[in-house]
Amino acid sequence: MELHDLPKPQDLMNIDLNKPPETGWMDTPTVFRNGTYSYPAAGKNLKILGLANPRQWSPADEDWKLPENWKEIILQGMKERLEKYRSFRLFMDICVRCGACADKCHFFIGSGDPKNMPVLRAELIRSVYRNDFTLLGKMLGRLGGGRELTIDVLKEWFYYFFQCTECRRCSVFCPYGIDTAEVTMIGRELLNLVGLNINWVIEPVANCYRTGNHLGIPPHGLVDMWQFMTDDIEDITGIKIDLPINKKGAEILFVTPSGDYFADPGTYTCMGYMMLFHELGLDYTWSTYASEGGNFGLFTSHEMIKRLNAKIYAEAKRLGVKWIIGGECGHMWRVIHQYMETMNGPADFLEEPVSPITGTKFENAKQSKMVHITEFTSDLIKNGKLKLDPSRNDKIIATYHDSCNTARAAGLLEEPRYVIRNIMNNFYEMPENTIREQTFCCGGGAGLGNDENIEMRMRGAFPRASALRHVVDKHAVNRLLCMCAIDRATLTALCHYWAPDVTVGGIHELLANALVMKGEKERTVDLRGEPLGDEEEDE
Amino acid sequence: MRDLILEKKKDIVKRWIELTIDTYPPEGGSFMKNQKNQFANPVGAAILNGAETLYKWIMSGDKDLSPDVVRRLDDVIRIRAVQQFSASDAVGFIFLLKRVIRETLLRDALKDKNDLQELFDIDSRIDSLALHAFNMYMKCREKLFEIRAMEIRNRTSRILERACMKYGAPHEW
Amino acid sequence: MNALFSLVSALIAVAALVAVSWFGVGAIGLDSVFGVIIPYIALAIFIIGVVYRIVDWARVPVPFRIPTTCGQGKSLPWIKADNLDCPYNTWGVIGRMFLEVFLFRSLFRNSKAELREGPKAAYASAKWLWLFGILFHYSFLIIVLRHLRFFMEPIPSFVEAITSVDGFFQIMVPTVFISDLLFLGAVTLLFLRRVGLPQVRYISLPADYFALFLILGIGISGVLMRNFFKVDLLGVKSLAISLFTLHPAPPPGIHPIFYVHLFLVSVLIAYFPFSKLMHAGGVFLSPTRNLANVNRSERYVNPWNYPVKVHTYEEYENDYREKMKECGIPVDKE
Repeated sequence: MELHDLPKPQDLMNIDLNKPPETGWMDTPTVFRNGTYSYPAAGKNLKILGLANPRQWSPADEDWKLPENWKEIILQGMKERLEKYRSFRLFMDICVRCGACADKCHFFIGSGDPKNMPVLRAELIRSVYRNDFTLLGKMLGRLGGGRELTIDVLKEWFYYFFQCTECRRCSVFCPYGIDTAEVTMIGRELLNLVGLNINWVIEPVANCYRTGNHLGIPPHGLVDMWQFMTDDIEDITGIKIDLPINKKGAEILFVTPSGDYFADPGTYTCMGYMMLFHELGLDYTWSTYASEGGNFGLFTSHEMIKRLNAKIYAEAKRLGVKWIIGGECGHMWRVIHQYMETMNGPADFLEEPVSPITGTKFENAKQSKMVHITEFTSDLIKNGKLKLDPSRNDKIIATYHDSCNTARAAGLLEEPRYVIRNIMNNFYEMPENTIREQTFCCGGGAGLGNDENIEMRMRGAFPRASALRHVVDKHAVNRLLCMCAIDRATLTALCHYWAPDVTVGGIHELLANALVMKGEKERTVDLRGEPLGDEEEDE
Repeated sequence: MRDLILEKKKDIVKRWIELTIDTYPPEGGSFMKNQKNQFANPVGAAILNGAETLYKWIMSGDKDLSPDVVRRLDDVIRIRAVQQFSASDAVGFIFLLKRVIRETLLRDALKDKNDLQELFDIDSRIDSLALHAFNMYMKCREKLFEIRAMEIRNRTSRILERACMKYGAPHEW
Repeated sequence: MNALFSLVSALIAVAALVAVSWFGVGAIGLDSVFGVIIPYIALAIFIIGVVYRIVDWARVPVPFRIPTTCGQGKSLPWIKADNLDCPYNTWGVIGRMFLEVFLFRSLFRNSKAELREGPKAAYASAKWLWLFGILFHYSFLIIVLRHLRFFMEPIPSFVEAITSVDGFFQIMVPTVFISDLLFLGAVTLLFLRRVGLPQVRYISLPADYFALFLILGIGISGVLMRNFFKVDLLGVKSLAISLFTLHPAPPPGIHPIFYVHLFLVSVLIAYFPFSKLMHAGGVFLSPTRNLANVNRSERYVNPWNYPVKVHTYEEYENDYREKMKECGIPVDKE
């Protein structure tokens, strides 16, 4: 072969210095590449839930085995939802494509893929809306911004609506409050109508439906796990905790994401709750039926949110509790805060929450009767009801990641910070445009935190990671705090890749470290079993 | 020759950055070039800061990569390792520097044989940087698989630990 | 959608509209078509269309209360809640909507957060968008208010006041208005931004350019007729008043450039209800902005809430009763 026939490096790299005229986004097909999409839902899980079109298929296949009238189903589904959700209807109509949202999405920032701009993600569905539901679109077609719903368009929807973590960061910056999460939720509902869904969402949903929790652990398995945790607590503190489970007549029902029962580092947070409640002598109960605070229904359809969420009030009623406390979780709190009471309320069989320890009335939860654990705990600390020794956390230099949902759907910003500041001495914030309501997603929310999707997740995680690395460099931060079970799993991977010296954990883990308990033995290790103080040889 | 390269450093680095960013779709690329806030645009920042440092190393006489150079190179490779690039795409941006140097200098330089020698030297330093980058790329990819394994383990760690305790399977695995 | 295609098709459309009205009046003498019939039709479409669209939106229920919270919510009394960014009562919602509608707060947030770090050039695009946007909308508003003088006799004093402030600098005769300059400048800059920023160019549809060109055409024709062609404004006013008193009588001899202006305005208002320009009404209805973050303290009803299939406790206990008893979990049925 002649040497000059060899491809030049820039050919391999796809760089064309005389760029061709760009292909419009409507005509750019989607490529499914390993590592950037999630595996489809297994048929058995769809059957448990009674969802459409259970079958074996793969997004990489040419034929997605759709029902013959898929187009009709989708368009009919769109019509129905345009009449049921003003959000969806309005967001289809009023976008002016100003581009304010364009560079606010972590997936766009991390990938540069233009279809990850929130505006374009919504345009994928808006173009079909214009084509089939608006006068100008029907008259003018392409010229009116319309695009026919074809199989390629549907595939594009699947790719990009399962590439949005419903984090709502774009909606903070939109002058009309257009919320891509809303568009994605409806988009996924439509996809579900023809059996397009991902297993990492549907399997937890199916599990939760049957067994009460995402991991599908039966009641005896739960009890075993919880006892395992109390054994660990006894080793660390010398205190034997007897857990109340499905206890009728308890004052409070406690619900937390099941990820924290089994997955490190969530388990330490879970132990933290147990220790706190024990120390307070709280009259409360765990439930095996409502053993899941999280709700992957949120990533499936509005109906599925309600089907899974119903367990919480039902169990509260059955057990006869007065009110409910919810643990550290992100999307769980979107559901609890913004959907639960409307969907499954009113919970008039419960009472307005009052802290039995401090007598504080939780006015903000007087209708839904469910209080966030950091609201409960910060009230305890404020009233001096906890004996805390923050120096036990001195080895830890922490920063705090606001979860998208607690920040942008509930406004829970100060409570966790107040707790953090009282349980440890070394706390530093990440840069301003990456926290609070501007917080960056972990890259794995909304059911995308699966391992087959790892490349996409790491891309989406980069904006968060870059802010984290800034405080690692500046303050030697070694712990990323969060109050979200998905975060605790996905941020762990994020740190592994982007900031290997940083560990991830929940707030109540550190609270329990700092909590001075009655009758405890001298603590030598933290909840992770690691020595509390710096060893001498470190110096 | 070397003086000329140093003199034109700014142009060369700028052009190199441009070509590297051109490996991204144009809509995203322009954002990477224009948004200067490192937290709003971490990818652009990594490339911008990286190019400068890497170029300095190539032009220096240092034998090994300093920690700073490693960090900068790692920043760029780590992000490219999870973007939609093949291995050659991810690492190949380094070779673009050769092209830039030739384009920028060939017209003025290469007047005597020493220049040619210098160009060869620079080339081989670029090659060695690329080899380092390739190692990093592989490490990143290995890390990804490691994370996948770790996640599956973490997700159910307690169950397994408990099962091991109950049924006497080895505790460490 | 190719960017060039979008731009060119929109440009052709607006140029055609200009040509139609220019020749329609100038060459064929269709004064009453362009001066009476089309404005009436356009106005009718505008009013009916806008009302229809708003009613149509308002008819669609808001099943869930989904505000985007951009500040601390109200919880414990000693934690300072942010009523403007995370409203906890109606006043907060009103305040939030006011800032949104009148000051474009969300667009401004864009630049505010980024202003504190990094080099200056960083915020250019974001800050400009807010600035151009606000200049454009407010100069448009002032221009519309100024135009009231053509429909009212006597001219209301606030219109006189606005006009005199607007013409304060008295450059040239007739006076060039500051609002005209700002308006043309802002539209041009919004246009340049749309073609200049690749990511915005990529998302732009013909409709986006069409609205810009149309508005630019209205501005240019307006300035031309007033400052260059020096159109007979008394004639224009008599036409306007005759239209408003429903005794339309276009006076003869008004320069065609006026009819171009009037026709483009007619097209704009007739196009308005069918287009993204409806964001003007839509912003008030946006559920992520106009609802208070009181989800857990006040009941919110979804009008179409329906019962769903759930897995009851009874079914659950039936599945696991023996196992539950074995490990000491209390059960309802023995």
